[in-house]
Amino acid sequence: MSEEYALELEHIRKEYPGVVALSDVTLQLKKGEILALIGENGAGKSTLIKCCSGAVVPTSGHIKVNGKVFSRMTPQLAAENGIAIIYQEFNNVGELSAAENLFLGRPIRKGVVIDRKAMNEEARKAFDQLKIDIDPNELVKNLTVGYQQMIEIAKAIQQNAKVLIMDEPSAPLTSNEVENMFKVVRLLKKKGISIIYISHRLEEIFALSDRIEVIRDGEYIDTLITKDATVDQLIKLMVGRDMSQKYPERTSKIDQSQVVLELQHVYGNGDKDISFKLHKGEVLGLGGLVGAGRTEIAEVIFGAKKKTAGKILLNGKEINPTCPKDAIDMGIALVPEDRKRHGALLTVSIKNNVNMPIYQRISKASVINSTVERNTTKKYIDELQIKTPTMAQLVKNLSGGNQQKVILAKWLAADAEVIIFDEPTRGIDVGAKQEIYKLINKLIAEGHSVLMISSEMEELMGMSDRIIVLAEHEITGELSKEEFNADTIMAYASALDMDKKKEEVAK
Amino acid sequence: MKAKGAIKQNAIWLVFIGMVIIFSVANPTFVKPTNLIAISRQIAVYGIASIGMTFVILIAGIDLSIGSIITFVNIFCAWLMVNQNMPMWPAVLLSLLCATLIGVLNGFMVASIGIPALIATFASQTIFEGISYLISGGMPISGFTKAFDLFGKSSLGPVPVCAIIMIVCFLVGGFILNKTYFGRYFYAIGGNEEASELSGIRVNRTKYLIYALSGFFAGLAGIVMLSRTGSAQNTAGKGYEFDVITCVVLGGVSVNGGVGKMSGVVAGVLIIGSLTNGMILMNVNQYMQMVVKGIVLAIAVGIDCMSKKRQAV
Repeated sequence: MSEEYALELEHIRKEYPGVVALSDVTLQLKKGEILALIGENGAGKSTLIKCCSGAVVPTSGHIKVNGKVFSRMTPQLAAENGIAIIYQEFNNVGELSAAENLFLGRPIRKGVVIDRKAMNEEARKAFDQLKIDIDPNELVKNLTVGYQQMIEIAKAIQQNAKVLIMDEPSAPLTSNEVENMFKVVRLLKKKGISIIYISHRLEEIFALSDRIEVIRDGEYIDTLITKDATVDQLIKLMVGRDMSQKYPERTSKIDQSQVVLELQHVYGNGDKDISFKLHKGEVLGLGGLVGAGRTEIAEVIFGAKKKTAGKILLNGKEINPTCPKDAIDMGIALVPEDRKRHGALLTVSIKNNVNMPIYQRISKASVINSTVERNTTKKYIDELQIKTPTMAQLVKNLSGGNQQKVILAKWLAADAEVIIFDEPTRGIDVGAKQEIYKLINKLIAEGHSVLMISSEMEELMGMSDRIIVLAEHEITGELSKEEFNADTIMAYASALDMDKKKEEVAK
Repeated sequence: MKAKGAIKQNAIWLVFIGMVIIFSVANPTFVKPTNLIAISRQIAVYGIASIGMTFVILIAGIDLSIGSIITFVNIFCAWLMVNQNMPMWPAVLLSLLCATLIGVLNGFMVASIGIPALIATFASQTIFEGISYLISGGMPISGFTKAFDLFGKSSLGPVPVCAIIMIVCFLVGGFILNKTYFGRYFYAIGGNEEASELSGIRVNRTKYLIYALSGFFAGLAGIVMLSRTGSAQNTAGKGYEFDVITCVVLGGVSVNGGVGKMSGVVAGVLIIGSLTNGMILMNVNQYMQMVVKGIVLAIAVGIDCMSKKRQAV
């Protein structure tokens, strides 16, 4: 039996103080297959692969490589036995060339001198083998993310990897780059290399994998043959409940007579002549391509960037927020796109995060009222169902979905009237996504108004009451709910034939 | 697990207790009340200055100017009292105000202009060392009124006033960090400046406040020192920034910002103070003392870093 499998994880259990991260998880990777590993955020995928690399020592269970049993791995053992992991963050040195990166730490030398020529030649061979077109002399920082990833893969193959584990490899890539990566991965499979492929994107998994293993809440759920599996089936297995209704219905009505936020010919932060109205109880979607100026206008409204001309009105009164604090005090909040960099304060507790915008308000003579602080935190942990043992938990220890909820809790505590969501569900798994959607609906029902930037067409159309589309920092179109159509939105979003579209609209 | 956590959290205090035991066994004089009082006097200056530095390091900054601020306050306050015949209290308050303003200048350079803290505070270090020389002409200034002994020389019962000042300062520092809203801001900014700004913190204003506080506490340390020595020297505060940084880092405040407690810094100050004193009592050669201090710093920070590494896994 053992010869059939390149890697086997048997009854892996991992406990952290107070938490069981993995309980009795088993994984079998056949030689020369692509096995997709899926599960929600926090299901234990990362912990499981870290057990393979030796970064995490399992509490019990063992790992078999090529039939050889190990009770634990070390990074060195993993490398010796041909296990390589491609993480989301690369270990490349930008200032060095592609070839130098490929041989990082073990350069080809002539005595003490690096043999650049031989290295470039070897690198060329390695790249050719994978049919990737990289100039070995090119500095890595000048390469696209896709190529940087290729170098990582080439490095692993150079070092005789037999098992390649890829953690969300498509996350940073454009769709073209994903295609190229697929080609390389299929090529590796042909060469007899076994691959574990982790991804949130189910369509990729169907396109690439032979089998799919699902884990949930640290437990093994099932392994399916890809060609017999369906999307609904996988989602059900992943979240443990039926997800057929992806975008929950909103029952509340929009109050068309009440304009909460209005922009009149606003210029600034690169954007030009932006005008729109947001009504009470409305979700206004901002569509467009990445870089179209959607985040930029959000930053202007939030006071993070300067407005150069035009007017912003909140409930009919002109406002001029000069910093985020101003905007927050006026009742405007921003849930930023990059949760870890701009949204949550990872190094401080949930309690501190939730109260951060209101600390000054709940302080008397600079001293915080700790009862109010605790009660507020408790209220929103309950209300938003933030999964945590205590409110003192550091936010970095929470899953992506729960971090997003903490950010939302912060703005609810600050009593924000207008909440701007910038890519509200980026990097959040299917189950948590729906929870966020439900929360947005709840906000609306409670009388908040939402401005939602989204690059996911389905989400944009599923959640918005109305959509305005930006291209090249200008508004190019507006659609009411009845007019929602992916093709129309894409047409507005592609600025190339913007003028033509304008003419069409005029007609 | 809980016991383990408690040990890890208080490792620095265990180091301190261990050191006290070793020194008391080696030389019983160490634990005599007179010696303990002497230690408290010795540590008062960098103890007081370490509070401002704690805030600065918490936001991942650094303040190299505090040695110069100590010198400047020594010279300036002495010059006001002796050369300008200014009464003690106005001279002290004016000196503290100037020290705070030097901090504000640091805040301006760091927050408003965006000069890296290392360079900005290094610049003001040089500037105020120079200004101190210009005021004094390089000559020591002495001859203060008896009343000025209050800050450094006099005692309340058996306890030196300077030690009381230090304790009060530590309590104020702990209070700021634990109870006030801007204390929370320090930790948030140290963790992530951008996210802090977007959470409604005025990051620049907070930086001004922090550098001003650092200037103020350094100034207060300068007053205590001037009173203790009874003579203003142009080299009074030289190198103090490094002692103070050592105490703060030894006390577990992460140089990467966002992590640290006032109680840890108290321990750091006590360790450096008793280490210096203990070695003097044991007749350890002055240069050997430097070697030991350096090793202690490396070990203490090393232990901290290793436990963090293990935590990360």
